[in-house]
Parts: sequence; C-alpha cells; structure tokens
Amino acid sequence: MPAISGILIDGVSYGMILFMISVGLSVTMGLMRIINLAHGGFALLGGAAAHWLTTIAGFGFVISTILAVASVMIIAMVLERSLYTRIYRFTELQQVLATIGITFLMIASVNLLLGSTILPIRVPELLSRPIDLGFRTLPTHRLMVVIAGLLTAAALYYLLERTWFGVRLRAAVDNRNMAASLGINTVKIYAITFSLGAGLAAFGGILGAELLPIDAYYPLRYMVLFLVVVAVGGMGSIAGSFFAAIALGIIDTAARYIVPEYGTIFFFVAMMLVLTLRPNGMLGRT
Amino acid sequence: MKKLLRTLAAAGTIVLAFAGSAAADHTVKVGVIAPFSGPFAIWGKQFKNAVEVYVAQNGKKAGTHTVEFIYKDSGGPNPSGTKSLAQELIVRDKVDYLGGFVFTPNALSVAPLIQKAKVPTVIFNAATSIIVKKSDYFVRPSFSLWQVTVPMAEWAWKQGIKTAVIAVTDYGPGNDAEVAFRTTFEKLGGKVLDAIRMPLSTTDFGPFMQRIKDKNPNAVFVFLPAGPPSFAFVKSYNENGMKAQGIQFLGTGEMDETTLDALGDAALGLTTAYHYSGAHDSDKNRAFLKTLEEISPGAAANLASVGAYDGAHVLYQMIKAVGSDRTKAVAAVKGMAWESPRGPVSLDPDTRHIIQNVYIRRVAKDENGKLINQEFDIIRKAVPDLGLPN
Repeated sequence: MPAISGILIDGVSYGMILFMISVGLSVTMGLMRIINLAHGGFALLGGAAAHWLTTIAGFGFVISTILAVASVMIIAMVLERSLYTRIYRFTELQQVLATIGITFLMIASVNLLLGSTILPIRVPELLSRPIDLGFRTLPTHRLMVVIAGLLTAAALYYLLERTWFGVRLRAAVDNRNMAASLGINTVKIYAITFSLGAGLAAFGGILGAELLPIDAYYPLRYMVLFLVVVAVGGMGSIAGSFFAAIALGIIDTAARYIVPEYGTIFFFVAMMLVLTLRPNGMLGRT
Repeated sequence: MKKLLRTLAAAGTIVLAFAGSAAADHTVKVGVIAPFSGPFAIWGKQFKNAVEVYVAQNGKKAGTHTVEFIYKDSGGPNPSGTKSLAQELIVRDKVDYLGGFVFTPNALSVAPLIQKAKVPTVIFNAATSIIVKKSDYFVRPSFSLWQVTVPMAEWAWKQGIKTAVIAVTDYGPGNDAEVAFRTTFEKLGGKVLDAIRMPLSTTDFGPFMQRIKDKNPNAVFVFLPAGPPSFAFVKSYNENGMKAQGIQFLGTGEMDETTLDALGDAALGLTTAYHYSGAHDSDKNRAFLKTLEEISPGAAANLASVGAYDGAHVLYQMIKAVGSDRTKAVAAVKGMAWESPRGPVSLDPDTRHIIQNVYIRRVAKDENGKLINQEFDIIRKAVPDLGLPN
C-alpha cells in the first residue's frame, strides 16, 4: 500500500510544520496565558527579515535564519517591556483586541516596506532538490523541517521540565505573586519567555515558508491554523501541541489524498470532536 | 412663506451652478473600482499605473472632452460593497462611465445597476464568461478563462501530449478551467487520467503531487489563483521530482509577472498559454513599458496592466465618440480594432468581449537575468471568448 506510507510521510512532515509554527504560541498563550493573536505577526516579521537577508542583503540561509530569529526576539523583548506588561493585566477580550491591533500594525509595516506580494526566502540549492528515499521521493527541506521540529520539541521539553529556568517559569505562571515573594524575578522570566515564544514563531515561519509562503497578510491567513493546533493540543502543553499537530497533519493529508473535494473539513471536524470530548484539549491541564 | 422662498432661491442657485459648470467645461468622469487596500491591493496599483501610462501617452483629453478618473477601493471579493460604491459614483460623483473590477462577483453585482442607469462599464479583469451577458453596458477588454484554456489544450495535443491530469483550485474559475481543458482535450482524442479539485486554502500540495505522479501522465494542467497557491504548487512540482519524471506543466495565468520573481529558478521552462506577457515583442509594448518605468520605477507589467491600459483606450474612444451621451457609447466601440501592448485586438460586436491572440509562453531569463514569459508560439490567432454559448 503505497498510499498509506504516502499519507504518513506527507502527514508527519506537514504536521511538523504545523508544530513548528504553533509551538511558540503554545508557549505564550498556553504557558503564559496571554491571548497572543500577534503570534503570526512575529512569524511574519521573521519571514520578512529572512526574505530581506537572503534575497536583498545576500546572506546565506543559515546565517539569515539566525539573524532573523535574533532580531525578532529583540523586537519582542522591546514590545514586551513597552506594551505586553500592560496587556498581561487586561481581560481576555481586551487582550484579543490589543494583540490583533498589534498584528495589523505589523502587517501594515511589512506591506509598506516590502509590498504585498510573496516574500520568498532563498534556500540553498541542496534543500530545494527532491531526495530519493528508495520507495518515493520527498522534498529535502521537508526532511529538514521534520528534524528541526524533533530537535525543537526535545530542547523545549528539556528547558521547561529539566532546568531551573523551567521550574521558575512554571512557578511564575502558576502564581505570580507567590513566585515573586519567593525571590523569583518574574518580570525577567516573563520577558525572556515571551521573547522565546516570538523567536520560535519566527523560526517556524522561516522553516515553514515553503509550505505556508510569507506575505504581508500571513498572520491573518494562518491564524486559525495556529490557534487550532494549540487548542486541540491543550493549553500550555508542549507535548500536546506536538501530538495535536502531527495528528491534524495526518488527518488533513489523508483527506487530501482520498477526498480532496471535501477540502479541509476533516481538519475542523477533528478539532470539534476533540474539543467536545476534552474541552481543555488532548493533554490540557484543567 | 419667507423661508420657503429662500429655500427655493437656494435650490435655484444650486441648479444654476450645476448647469453652469456642465456647460463651461466638458469634463467626463470615469469611476474606477478596484482593490487598493488589503491582500489584493497590488491589482489596484497595477490598474492605476496602467491608466496613468495611457493618460501620459495620450493626454487628458479624449476628443474635446477632458477625462477625469475617480478611484474607489473595493477591498477583496465584496459584491455588496462594490455595488454601493458604484451607486455612490453614479449618484453623487455623477460619473458617466465605470471601469475596473478584478473579481467576478464584484462585476456581477453592478450589472442591474448599470443596466438601469445606462452606464457603460469597462471590465479591466474579471474573467468569467457569463459577466458580459448580464448587462448590455458591459465591455470587456481583458480575457476569459475559456479563451486562454482552450488554446492550451490544443497546443498540448499538437505537441504529442496524449494523457493529462487536471489539477485545479476548487472554486468558480478553477472549475471553468477544468471543464474548458477537458472538453477540448478529449474532443481532440486526448485522455484525462484524473481530475483533482484542490481546496482553495491549501498550500501543501505534496499529497496531490503524489497522486499525479502515480498516474504518470504526459502533462499536468493546472489552474491556481496567483499568489501563495501558485507559489507553493510550483515549488512542490519541482521538489517532488515531477519535472525530472517528465510530467510537463501546463497552465494559464500562474506565471504572473508580479510573482514570477518570487518563484525564482523553480519556474524556468514552465509552459503557459495567455493573452499577454510583459515581454511581448512589439514597439507598442516597449513604449508601454518605458512609460510605466517612468511613472512607477520597478513596476512589472502583467495582465492587470494590459487590461487597464486597453480599458482606458476603450473608455477614451467611447468618450471621444459620444462624450457624456453615454447611451450610445457601447455601440460606438463595437467591432473596434486597435493595436494593444499585447498585440492586435478587437471588440467582438456580439459579445462586447475582446478578440485577441493567445500566445504559448515558457519561462526564461532575459539578457539581464530577469525571469520573463517568453512567447514562442501562437496556437490560434484572433480568439473570441470561447466560453459563451451562442
């Protein structure tokens, strides 16, 4: 059955891209509990920076990715200190309005500076070739995304569960006042974590750009995708996001193989089923 | 009583003022409706640039009348918004002509309005065949999907392509393209091995590539909206080794000049059939490109540019012939022939749709290393809209 192996391979690689672009949101929205709709905006800024660096400034792909992610993290740090510290105290609806406003500002800025057409990121020749796996060929960059996704998941798991930073972060998120009174610098922890989430968004945006091309309206186009992955996976659970992304990727891909005319309906049916049975998501904490 | 008199006097003054201005100068107003903001803003920009090129080359006057263009932003596909913009233009701005229209639903939404108000409306893009049937005041110097798809199928057959898979985006124009290609190709004797309708929101084409490869056809005919879907499809086409397997890519508008650069070398060699290439080899087109470069440095000429440029030409000819006496305007341009940047064209007197050559092009690099659509064959000259039942 080549069809089943095809579905699994394409599904996992698509799921990994979903994971890469939504894991940052899982950190900011899931762990820090801010409804950060500007998440896609950070992915856009990362992608736009990588576009500028690879095509106009002429840097290599790897260096451009590092520079783009770093600059998005700095921008996020500045935004966190100036805007998000206030947004943390908002009610949920106010957070939605504030962060969508930030998203519009980001879209308009990119539109003004780079225009509204697609912003391609030049990848090395090596990555844009097909790779022969024996029984079928696969785009090389997908293989790279799968590997990068696995590494990111492992690194995040380690950071949050096995380091002092992770312990402090979880303490700060669970009860900020108590954590602060125990001597944890929660302001610093929040700033670093937010910046990390934005950096992951940028990283995912750049790596996923071959499948979800970057253009100024990127955040609005794909916002639903990110939110679904985090909601299905369960707020604040990196593992949940990971499994949700892979499962959704496989379901969506299978639907495209077998019944393309039904479009993306199965993706949303799966979401509804999971949220009906488990309103906090697959691995969500109640 | 005094108040009434004063109101009457004021009303009289206003009427006089209007009458006076109408007599004093012969300004004819044209309302252009297109997206100038949002994800489709590039269309409005291309339209406006091209109209400005036409005005720069031909002056502000059409005959004895000064032409004034008023631009209105419709955003994306937005029928009700477009209709109220058209109403506003006709009632408040007192335009005599309308132009623009990127999306079919937007164009269709104004049909009853222009029919009733007798406002000649020149469509710069919207390419579904049926539009011109909906009002006698529509004139369309752009193209239709059937017009460019049928020649693509004919050319493919002539090249010895016997089997094809059709992969189109699942929405109105995509379905039109599928039917047009299938009908023509099968009538000639070709075999359609599979037809896939891909969801509009998809940008992951891996699964479809696998399905196409399993059928191993001579060619894949695609229709995709310009922008992210075309971009992602072409990437997938290369990266999944379809090119290497010898499955030829056949398309229509996917290699749009405004996104061609983004595709990069992945696009080299891809074949499409279309009515206009920015690299069309004629003096008229070179003059067009030269003025465009002066007005908007770095801008690319694409289907939107040529649609708006020829649209402006049609509007000028109507205004020159009849001025504001717009009920006679459409009759004045029926059958008119002219030299467009895309080549020789004329307006079909029956359908009010443009008759034009359809060129077969392949993506190549010009002497500066810039990607262009190189025209290398004309499968059929003077093609009318083939999608209208007679």
